[in-house]
Amino acid sequence: MKKIVKHRVFWPVVALVALLLLNAIVRPSFVSITVQDGELYGTLISLLRNSAPLMLVALGMTIVIATRGIDLSVGAVMAVSGAVALTIIAQSPTPEAPGTIAIAIVAALIVTLIAGAWNGFLVAVLGIQPIIATLVLMLAGRGIALLITNGQITTVNSAPYKFMSQGYLFGFPFAFFVSIAAVVIVVLVQRRTALGMLTEAVGINPEASRLAGVRSRGIIWGAYAASGLLAGFAGILYSSNIMAADSNAAGNLIELDAILAVVLGGTSLMGGKFSIAGTVIGVFTIQTLKSTIVFLGVPSPVTPVFMAAVVIIVVAVQSPLLRGTAARAVRSIRNANSNTTEVAK
Amino acid sequence: MPVDNDVAPIIEMRGITIQFPGVKALDSVDFTLRGGEVHSLMGENGAGKSTLIKALTGVYSVDSGTITVAGEKRVFHTTSDAQAAGISTVYQEVNLCTNLSVGENVMLGHEVRRGGLIDWRATHREAARHLEALGVQLDTHTGLFSHSIAIQQLIAISRAMVTDSKVLILDEPTSSLDRGEVEQLFGVIRDLRERGVAILFVSHFLDQVYEISDRITVLRNGALVGAYDADTLPRNTLISSMIGRELEDLAELASSAARDIDRSGAPVFTATGLGKKGVLEPADLDIYEGEVVGIAGLLGSGRTELVRLMYGADRADHGKVEVHGKPTRITTPRHAIDHRIAFSSEDRRAEGIVGDLTVAENIVLGIQARRGWLRRVKRTETDAIVKEYIEALGVRPADPDRPVRNLSGGNQQKVLLARWLATAPELIILDEPTRGIDVGAKADIQRKVAELSAKGLSVVFISSEIEEVIRLAQRITVMRDRRKIGELESNGLGVDDVIDYIANEGQENVA
Repeated sequence: MKKIVKHRVFWPVVALVALLLLNAIVRPSFVSITVQDGELYGTLISLLRNSAPLMLVALGMTIVIATRGIDLSVGAVMAVSGAVALTIIAQSPTPEAPGTIAIAIVAALIVTLIAGAWNGFLVAVLGIQPIIATLVLMLAGRGIALLITNGQITTVNSAPYKFMSQGYLFGFPFAFFVSIAAVVIVVLVQRRTALGMLTEAVGINPEASRLAGVRSRGIIWGAYAASGLLAGFAGILYSSNIMAADSNAAGNLIELDAILAVVLGGTSLMGGKFSIAGTVIGVFTIQTLKSTIVFLGVPSPVTPVFMAAVVIIVVAVQSPLLRGTAARAVRSIRNANSNTTEVAK
Repeated sequence: MPVDNDVAPIIEMRGITIQFPGVKALDSVDFTLRGGEVHSLMGENGAGKSTLIKALTGVYSVDSGTITVAGEKRVFHTTSDAQAAGISTVYQEVNLCTNLSVGENVMLGHEVRRGGLIDWRATHREAARHLEALGVQLDTHTGLFSHSIAIQQLIAISRAMVTDSKVLILDEPTSSLDRGEVEQLFGVIRDLRERGVAILFVSHFLDQVYEISDRITVLRNGALVGAYDADTLPRNTLISSMIGRELEDLAELASSAARDIDRSGAPVFTATGLGKKGVLEPADLDIYEGEVVGIAGLLGSGRTELVRLMYGADRADHGKVEVHGKPTRITTPRHAIDHRIAFSSEDRRAEGIVGDLTVAENIVLGIQARRGWLRRVKRTETDAIVKEYIEALGVRPADPDRPVRNLSGGNQQKVLLARWLATAPELIILDEPTRGIDVGAKADIQRKVAELSAKGLSVVFISSEIEEVIRLAQRITVMRDRRKIGELESNGLGVDDVIDYIANEGQENVA
């Protein structure tokens, strides 16, 4: 039992389960799932579908944060990705052909991989602080996306592209499979090879790692490139969902949600030890929270306040310091009570 | 300059004790500082110098003992208490704001005000006046960053003089200065001494200590060894009082130093004229197969600097390196590792262990880094390696899954040794592998070094404890003041011979 409580994802899981239970109690419709033409529908199913872009971005963010870095450019990279893909589809004479879609997606991913590599170059080779280095692309990225789309919101009609985020496979949303695939690939690459351990070593003690012969430059570079690539795929999903390349709205503020998901999952912003499972839970927590807010009918202008309040509670529950302080406070109140009774005598 | 012993001291510290979790950093130490004297505080790492200075400047509060300033008992809770009492400090790493101008730095917190607003013109005029009093003339509007460390130090001193300090603490002020800059600094120090300022000087450079000091206080392991007049204190007495004697007997190792080394072939490693400006004067070193080469010298003598250049941890700006007689370029640790050279840093915590990773992960890190991330060391292989080294070196607790930061210093050192030995190096450089660890672990590590070198491993062994060096090494390279001053055959050598050599050899060559 003690071992379970001590496990790093214990408190994140507690937070998520509490949030899910709360929803299930307040609105029974939350857990209802209906089947239509062999496809599942319901709030929980949409949750799986809608969380896919954030999931991809947060996975990349986890690796970058493990190296003591941060990637603020993910939202802008999503915009670039959507712009590239949709521009290719829009200009193609055969927008419905799977080949066109494949070319569009591969092209978008190559571009975003380059974007990620650029971030990695600034951080790993030039030694620029990650927050500044990625800020460059965060600001420039949306401009680049607008350049690609000629300042327009490019829209397309293409069934196979639409399938990416709105299609179904084996009864589940296709985007959910994309999420799963990304998680599995990241886990395999990080934990089945030595990359995860070396990444943690670089994040915990860069100088000791360097002296031990770890090629930290390559590892950091790779982390940013992976983050760019994953954000690129998130951009595909996002643009497929609205079938438009909206350079201003795509991935807007998603970097903050991603950072939050990583932190909620128990990975420290100081770098080092990271938990993919924690990040997955963090993503679902945020997505559930957003769905809850919509259900409760919180007016959208004050949504951020509500989000912030809940996040503070969730983070506070996870803080060992605060839990300790709370336990002590409870004890001292008890003691104080017994003292006052003595005085009263 | 003889100091009048009847002059009442400005600072009088009595029975200062400071306790940290598990250790007494200072144990009932007395220290006096008089006006118009330059007083050097000497001791090896961990002797308690910094702790004493921090007690005097209000960084640490004392657990017991009294501090009297100009006849008045004081208790310092914060650094500003100490500053208010007229005690100023200039640290090794200048603690000024590099992004502000020279004038702003000198006058920070003491700007000339008129009607509540700062009169910048008068402030800069005042700053220039203070600088000129130290013989420094420069435009006070220039940014601090545009000046050399030497000038920044003088600026820091003049900043201390703005507050009319009676006591000036100079902590390693000369460590990054060249000879001319040191002369300029010493000129300023002598000037301040004439004006009656009491100066507490800390430096690892023996020559400089003797050049500038009136008195010398020696600390060792947190205790006072004694306070002496610099004129009457022979160098070797000073050094041996700093180092102390290790009483524990490791007789079975005595054979290591006497072992014959075959020096007919090409050395495993040769450095010729290896050096870096401002860090190390060009030095030569060669190491043969199965040989243990010791490096003796005090902290800051250049011993760490030399091995860091050999390993590529820092980049040398001149000199050549040969491995097995072949010219080789070693500019990064990777190059060194590719040539089967391993290096264990003296700074275990910052440059050795990866604290949050487990013992097992720390041990395989070296092999893993060599193989690259794609070829993961398999679980079974890891288990075998980790088990082997935990047993061979006696790592306690013998739990491979514990985060290494929870281990004691000695066991962390064993883990690091295991990391490197697991990579099967041909040359291993051990910088202070026995510092700050318990006697048992010390013996374990020395025994292992003797055993492996007898099997053909070449070792460079650095230790502040000369006994250890003499016991293990067949040859000893002696360093002082960032120079290699010579080489000794260690067989039959006594600690005093080495101390004499450090103290006196090559004296006349010093500029």
